[in-house]
Amino acid sequence: MKPLVAAFAAALCLLTVALPAQQSAALPYTVVTRDAKRPLAARTINGQEMFALDDLARLFNLTVREDAAAASLNISAGGQSVLLSTQQPLASVGGRMTSLPAAPAREGRSWYVPVDFVSRVLAAISPTKIDLRKPSRLLLVGDIRMPRVAVRVEGLGAQSRVTLDVAPPTGHAVSQEPGRVVVRFEADALDAPDLRANTTTDLVTGVHLGDTAQSVAIDVTPRFGSFRSTDQPGPAGATRIVIDVLPQTEAAPQTPQPQVPARPQTPESPPLLDLPPAGGLRTIVIDPGHGGDDTGAKGTQGTLEKTVTLAVARRLKAAIEARLGTRVLLTHDGDQTVGLDQRAAVANNNKADLFISLHASASLRPAVAGAQVFYLGLEGYGEAAQRAAQAPRDALPVLGGGTRDIEIIPWEMAQARYIDQSAGFARAVEAALRDRVPMSPRALQQAPLRVLVGVNMPAVLVEIGFLTNAPEEQQLLADDRQSALAQALIDGIMRYRAGSGGTR
Amino acid sequence: MNRRVALAVAFVLFAIGAAWVLFVGLPRWYSARRTASVNAAASAAVPQPAGSAVRKITATLYYVSQDGMNLTPAQREVPFAAAVTEQARAIVEAQLAPAVPLVSAIPPDTKLRDVFVTERGDAFVDLSAEVSAKHPGGSLDEILTVYTIVNALTVNLPAIKRVQILVDGKEVDTLAGHVDLRHPLATSLDWVAQAAAGKSQ
Repeated sequence: MKPLVAAFAAALCLLTVALPAQQSAALPYTVVTRDAKRPLAARTINGQEMFALDDLARLFNLTVREDAAAASLNISAGGQSVLLSTQQPLASVGGRMTSLPAAPAREGRSWYVPVDFVSRVLAAISPTKIDLRKPSRLLLVGDIRMPRVAVRVEGLGAQSRVTLDVAPPTGHAVSQEPGRVVVRFEADALDAPDLRANTTTDLVTGVHLGDTAQSVAIDVTPRFGSFRSTDQPGPAGATRIVIDVLPQTEAAPQTPQPQVPARPQTPESPPLLDLPPAGGLRTIVIDPGHGGDDTGAKGTQGTLEKTVTLAVARRLKAAIEARLGTRVLLTHDGDQTVGLDQRAAVANNNKADLFISLHASASLRPAVAGAQVFYLGLEGYGEAAQRAAQAPRDALPVLGGGTRDIEIIPWEMAQARYIDQSAGFARAVEAALRDRVPMSPRALQQAPLRVLVGVNMPAVLVEIGFLTNAPEEQQLLADDRQSALAQALIDGIMRYRAGSGGTR
Repeated sequence: MNRRVALAVAFVLFAIGAAWVLFVGLPRWYSARRTASVNAAASAAVPQPAGSAVRKITATLYYVSQDGMNLTPAQREVPFAAAVTEQARAIVEAQLAPAVPLVSAIPPDTKLRDVFVTERGDAFVDLSAEVSAKHPGGSLDEILTVYTIVNALTVNLPAIKRVQILVDGKEVDTLAGHVDLRHPLATSLDWVAQAAAGKSQ
């Protein structure tokens, strides 16, 4: 017993001894204010990009006081203050707890804080507007209009098309200058770190920032004749400027060639800027039912449920990513055994907006066929579920004083709060499936399904068909049925999003 | 160093405490609870006038409907028992017995290991491993299997409010990955066909 205890104690001691912090200099950020631009050093400490707190204090006139006894840093700016824990990745802003990707790191006498401290904490208390743009390594201070711009050039027969996505939408004018077409924006500067056309055509030789910081220049060849510019609502709240560059027409300059419609078909024209989708759906988790040792139902010809659900899940993931631009995660992307709680945990830990569990069914009666959509039914759970669904908010004291209302419900009952939304989602999915695949006579059902109970977001379980029905088993293996299912599920997601206003 | 010693001591104390709870405390508490509930159930049994030795009652049992989408109720005679627990056992055994031409949602060869009923009206039905191992899978059939047992007890015995299925003496998550069996379940007539079938189905 003794050596074992000693070994455990030694292991625990090892864990408590801090490993030497890994750190290195990272590319600096650029601080942009109304009248100047200056660099702000960043360094990578333990894999996290950090700013020196002293640098931020100078920049934003912060007063920093360390309270070693409470293991916290008291940071105040313009009458407002925040408490930053020195040991945990947490800050308390006006009594509200905000999480950070890492705890502050100490080096010598200085403290370093994660770059997200600026956007999550300082931006909340600062009297001036602070906008941290990690992809372009910019920190905008004050009311700076600096829209993000991305570009694409494509050849369309005789003419060329330049597409600019601008977010947020910004007033602009397109004009013609010798050798180029210039787009001037009503902005202080442009946030366009990789403004570069990856294709050139026989009319457009390049796209780059113009002479001023607020313009984009499109270089054109001598064959250039005229241009036509239209504005459209772009993806995710951006503005899309489509500039068609037309060649010279010798005889009749007024009659251009057969016109290509200015409004491109949306599916073929993916967003150029990496913006969060407008509809509020950022992450969807798809759970291919069963897997690994758990083969699930078995078809008359030996088809395994786990194989079909994984195939449809992969197809659905690709289709959603291409069409909705939403992040999609699978609870498992191979033939692994995954616990039911772990499936819910993937969705919860990734803060998914929707959860879809895909299954294929079985019946003792071979004639039974058709798809079914389930959402959680709580009747079986008795009062525990009712309590969970109506759990009052509890006020908890937080670091730095004040209280915060927190909903405390048993984790395994998380779905209780989403029954109404899940019902709406299930209805939308059922209606969309009905348009494309054969449905069961009991197509929309409630049941106490284990995988859904712990999911902390609207969730459905879809039985895509019955493997015990020989014709349906064949169809479920076929390409066209699998893509019809994926298509129908996307339609269902879009219907639900439209119906719920995309809010959570 | 002092801190490390304190940590080690705390860890050892915690391990001893956890081991006691796991190996001594919980088994003691569990067996006490089980005896209590069995006694309670026996004493709660409805006193019946003594009848003939082969006395029977008519119970409603459940089988898979022709269309496969529901359970169909069927009236069957099962041996009478004075105690709720014994009556529950008789009903489950009748439900597990083959009933050709009717199709049962419970996998063949499933045996009843034990039944016990708590004073709160929760019945624990301990079935052999076949109920899970031989289950064909699919949400629909799993729902039908579970509610065959749940309804057969709750519909026939008013003293039983909810039923939890155990497999081989242990609590299980599900039978085949769908229906949550971690809690006792109440009657659900959602899955019972509206047109009640007669004695011949």
